[in-house]
Amino acid sequence: MIAMLGRDLALGVRAGGGFGLGLAFFLIVVTLVPFGVGPHPDLLARIGPGMLWLGALLACLLSLDRIFALDWEDGSLDLLATAPLPMEGVVSMKALAHWITTGLPLVAAAPALGVLMNLPAPAYLPLTLTLLLGTPALSVIGTFGAALTVGIKRGGLLLSLLVLPLYVPTLIYGAEAARRGAAAQAYGTPLMMLAGITCGAIALLPFASAAVLRVNLR
Amino acid sequence: MRSLWEYANPARFIRLSDRVLPWITALALAALVIGLVWGLWFTPDERRQGATVKIMFLHVPSALMAINAWLMMLVASLIWLIRRHHVSALAARAAAPVGAVMTLIALATGAIWGQPTWGTWWVWDPRLTSFLILFLFYLGYIALWAAIEDDDTAADLTSVLCLVGSVFAVLSRYAVLFWNQGLHQGASLSMDAEENVDNVFYIPLLFCIAGFVLLFIALVLLRTQTEIRARRMRALLARERMG
Amino acid sequence: MTLKVTDLCIARGGIPVLTGVNFTLAPGAALILRGPNGSGKTTLLRTLAGLQPPLGGRIEAPPESLVYAGHADGIKQVLSVAENLTFWARVFGRRDIDAALAAFELAPLADRAAGTLSAGQKRRLGLARLLVTGRPVWLLDEPTVSLDAHATALFAAAVRAHLAEGGSALIATHIDLGLAEAAALDVAPLRARAPAPDDFDGVFA
Repeated sequence: MIAMLGRDLALGVRAGGGFGLGLAFFLIVVTLVPFGVGPHPDLLARIGPGMLWLGALLACLLSLDRIFALDWEDGSLDLLATAPLPMEGVVSMKALAHWITTGLPLVAAAPALGVLMNLPAPAYLPLTLTLLLGTPALSVIGTFGAALTVGIKRGGLLLSLLVLPLYVPTLIYGAEAARRGAAAQAYGTPLMMLAGITCGAIALLPFASAAVLRVNLR
Repeated sequence: MRSLWEYANPARFIRLSDRVLPWITALALAALVIGLVWGLWFTPDERRQGATVKIMFLHVPSALMAINAWLMMLVASLIWLIRRHHVSALAARAAAPVGAVMTLIALATGAIWGQPTWGTWWVWDPRLTSFLILFLFYLGYIALWAAIEDDDTAADLTSVLCLVGSVFAVLSRYAVLFWNQGLHQGASLSMDAEENVDNVFYIPLLFCIAGFVLLFIALVLLRTQTEIRARRMRALLARERMG
Repeated sequence: MTLKVTDLCIARGGIPVLTGVNFTLAPGAALILRGPNGSGKTTLLRTLAGLQPPLGGRIEAPPESLVYAGHADGIKQVLSVAENLTFWARVFGRRDIDAALAAFELAPLADRAAGTLSAGQKRRLGLARLLVTGRPVWLLDEPTVSLDAHATALFAAAVRAHLAEGGSALIATHIDLGLAEAAALDVAPLRARAPAPDDFDGVFA
């Protein structure tokens, strides 16, 4: 399983663009927001946490179809399914690799992009904290969506349609906690709920993803 | 692997549903006509909202069925996953567009009701938002069915999606409640008589609800028959290719 | 380490393809699957590998004894030959890849990125994967596609060495591998027949 993770990370770094692409997309989305809503610092500071969350979510979504598509095309997925690794483990490692290559850089970049959004000083800690807690859920849920659509040609759009509704609770609690943090209110409750969703998703969704992947391989 | 269910039931289902379908359709129409005519023309205007309130005879039953259709799909999906009962999977498939339309009706009538009452077509109220999210779930479910060619694979994948989707739909419901307190009134119907709408409205509303339930059953039966026949046709075509 | 298949019925896309498949693959034995294109050889191998459920019949094999190699090699283009092999070795809980590199004459290519290999070289890499898994029963689907005469001989030698160590192999192929000791199973006569078209219930599957 560690070999699995190592391979996916190596692929993510070497496969040209996979690693930085999500990050660049995140930057572009955040740059475009002021063009869309106007450059007023107050307005930007108010919508900043939400926009950063939305940007991170979209950047995450963008790279989901790569999770299984390449392994599906070159036959690795068939071979992995017949290998002694449990499918649940394979799926979890895929999600973890996706998080390390996509989610973690987003978390790291978010404070820097927060500057572009004129975020007030107390907003940075809750923003980073919510993204750190929330992005794993995005990766795990996205892995489920990717497993559902792995056999479908041009499944990218369908993948978005399936995954985005599943992202709703994560986004609501994450953005709400970040917003409350930015407004210097208590944000413990939404943060707990976010952590709960992340833990639940990590614990349960790999079983669904693995089941769905087995169906798709047959 | 193969059990009696798999072979016997599609044919038996079609025979049975052919027998009951005319009755259910007739009952549905009767209940709807009684409920709507009574509700729309023979009830007094409400004190504050006037005649506007009468849209509830469409709004409440469709909203109810929007959720019940999803529950029915969830049960049917579970039956498919556990018993591998083909009719069950196809019934879930058949119910999805009906449920989506019910959700759309609930949203549209809600908007029409909201305009004169709250002065706006749409607010990000928890109930409205939840229904919008439910509608998105329906769309995803229908799209996944449509995207996969192999019937059994599609049935398996959509069933798992329905299960996972249900969990996330409930989570979304609570998240949305947390996120925004709403304008929407509380439940119009409950076991607690104090909170119920007036009796004048109550009985025609029950007729309307019964009508929507029966209409839903009739539509799902009919659509399931269609799905079974379409599926049989695909199987026959595949066999013909096989020679 | 005997693979025993009894009265197996397999399906592709819900339609029965082969019925009444019976054979026993003892240690040290090889069985060549023959049959025209589309006769169900791939489906049979995938079913045996556990990728799809059989419609009926029994597959008896010791746990964790099978390894499957399909049309695609599962090679990552950006990883080197050695990295690709090491990955699969580790997945199967092993380390040593040198013997596999040597058997398919891949040692000089060990540090090349797999994406730069020719089709035949990639195929050799895919076959070398079988050696690093250490599994005794090989299920091979058209293993010699895009191999030249020399590489085919390498492959035959690898199979022979594997059999000599008590392993076994089930190989779907159209060409003569020069494995005189291998038995052959022609799947064409086992083809499933379509039921009568007016079979109302049976057609629903």
